[in-house]
Amino acid sequence: MDTTVAKPSTDNKTWSGGNRPLNASYGKMMMWFFIVSDALTFSGFLAAYGFSRFKFIDSWPIADEVFTHVPFIHGNFPMYYVAFMTFILILSSVTMVLAVDAGHHMKKNKVIVYLFLTIIGGLIFVGSQAWEWGTFIKGTYGAVETNGGKVLQFVKEDGSRVALGDFATPIHSERTSQGSNEAIWFYSETLETNVSLAEVTKGFLANESLLIRTQYLDKDGKRIVLSRAESVAKLKSDGKSIIEGANLRHNEYGTPLFADFFFFITGFHGFHVFSGVIFNIIIFFNVIIGTYERRKSYEMVEKVGLYWHFVDLVWVFVFTVFYLV
Amino acid sequence: MAQDHKLAIFRGRLKFKSIQSKIWGVFTLLSIITIIEVYLGIVKPEFLTTNRLFALKYLNWIFLILTVIKAYYITWDFMHMRDEKMGLRRSVVWTGVFLVCYLLFILLVEGNYIFDVYKENYIKFNF
Repeated sequence: MDTTVAKPSTDNKTWSGGNRPLNASYGKMMMWFFIVSDALTFSGFLAAYGFSRFKFIDSWPIADEVFTHVPFIHGNFPMYYVAFMTFILILSSVTMVLAVDAGHHMKKNKVIVYLFLTIIGGLIFVGSQAWEWGTFIKGTYGAVETNGGKVLQFVKEDGSRVALGDFATPIHSERTSQGSNEAIWFYSETLETNVSLAEVTKGFLANESLLIRTQYLDKDGKRIVLSRAESVAKLKSDGKSIIEGANLRHNEYGTPLFADFFFFITGFHGFHVFSGVIFNIIIFFNVIIGTYERRKSYEMVEKVGLYWHFVDLVWVFVFTVFYLV
Repeated sequence: MAQDHKLAIFRGRLKFKSIQSKIWGVFTLLSIITIIEVYLGIVKPEFLTTNRLFALKYLNWIFLILTVIKAYYITWDFMHMRDEKMGLRRSVVWTGVFLVCYLLFILLVEGNYIFDVYKENYIKFNF
């Protein structure tokens, strides 16, 4: 029965691992220690995200306007793909726990099959993560950055978004690129955008139906759209440069901090998934060559399984914090 | 060792015949919760987004509670916490829960304070 008191050891050994406190094996207990400390690391990151979000609560990007893409399909599908990723990760957790169970019953072939499926699930997840990063970095519509580092996005009168390339009027200009032999402190050129601010401004002035949407939210959580006169004035007075996509300094979807946290937290989680896949591959081959069969215990599968479930557990929170709330 | 799994969830209301069927049952539950979350996230019903409890929208409360429920079932059934001793369970769960709640409280209150400072200050960040 459940008790909080550890039973005295039967072999009268107090030190050098004689007791089994909480009736868990040494390895499993250490895995739980690691999981607790790693969970605190992740909650530190997520709490920092919450801190920054509360700090800019009236201008934070809306997640389902950011993550609207599904591979191979065009259109606006908020969150479908990330729901699929969540589903894959939970499914790979299921195959992992089935592998652990097959290990308890010493069924080697079943362990092999389930571990293989778990590895496949993990790889699909990491691949999806990489694809999601790629789309986020590439961006969708583009935006203008203001002198204060805020973004201005362009909408039609009905509120639907317009891409910069769709209305920017091309201005013919010649551009010579500077090389490292021409300047002393030259490292590299600044990132070149597909359209220039002058082209966007010209196209915006020519197109009467376009409006500017700021990154600020009204009290219902909707983006504030300026009137035509305000839009023209805002673009002329505050427009500084063009942003296409997101990186650590600029983010066309809103505050750059959002992109920073997205890269850092999902990157850190993705790194955990990647290491989990490596662990799974190692024990997969160990199972095949019969290491645990000879050891007469599949506890190693259980320990790696604990880690793998933990990765799933963290994703459940990352999913909520980044995509839902 | 392998035989003494606890096979009932929902405080004993739902009993499974074997560990495999329990795993698939928990998986079904987690999938249903995820589908509800995604559905609510896409539809965003009006009365859930306009009403607030403790400065947080109803919708966000629902998301957070569903997340904790999912975390509970992953830990209890996939990580076999249900089958461990109560001492191990408490030392892992309460340590985490206590420290996370403390950290969240401190950081969110501080973030809210800084937001107020930006908003109420003489220098406006509106360019």
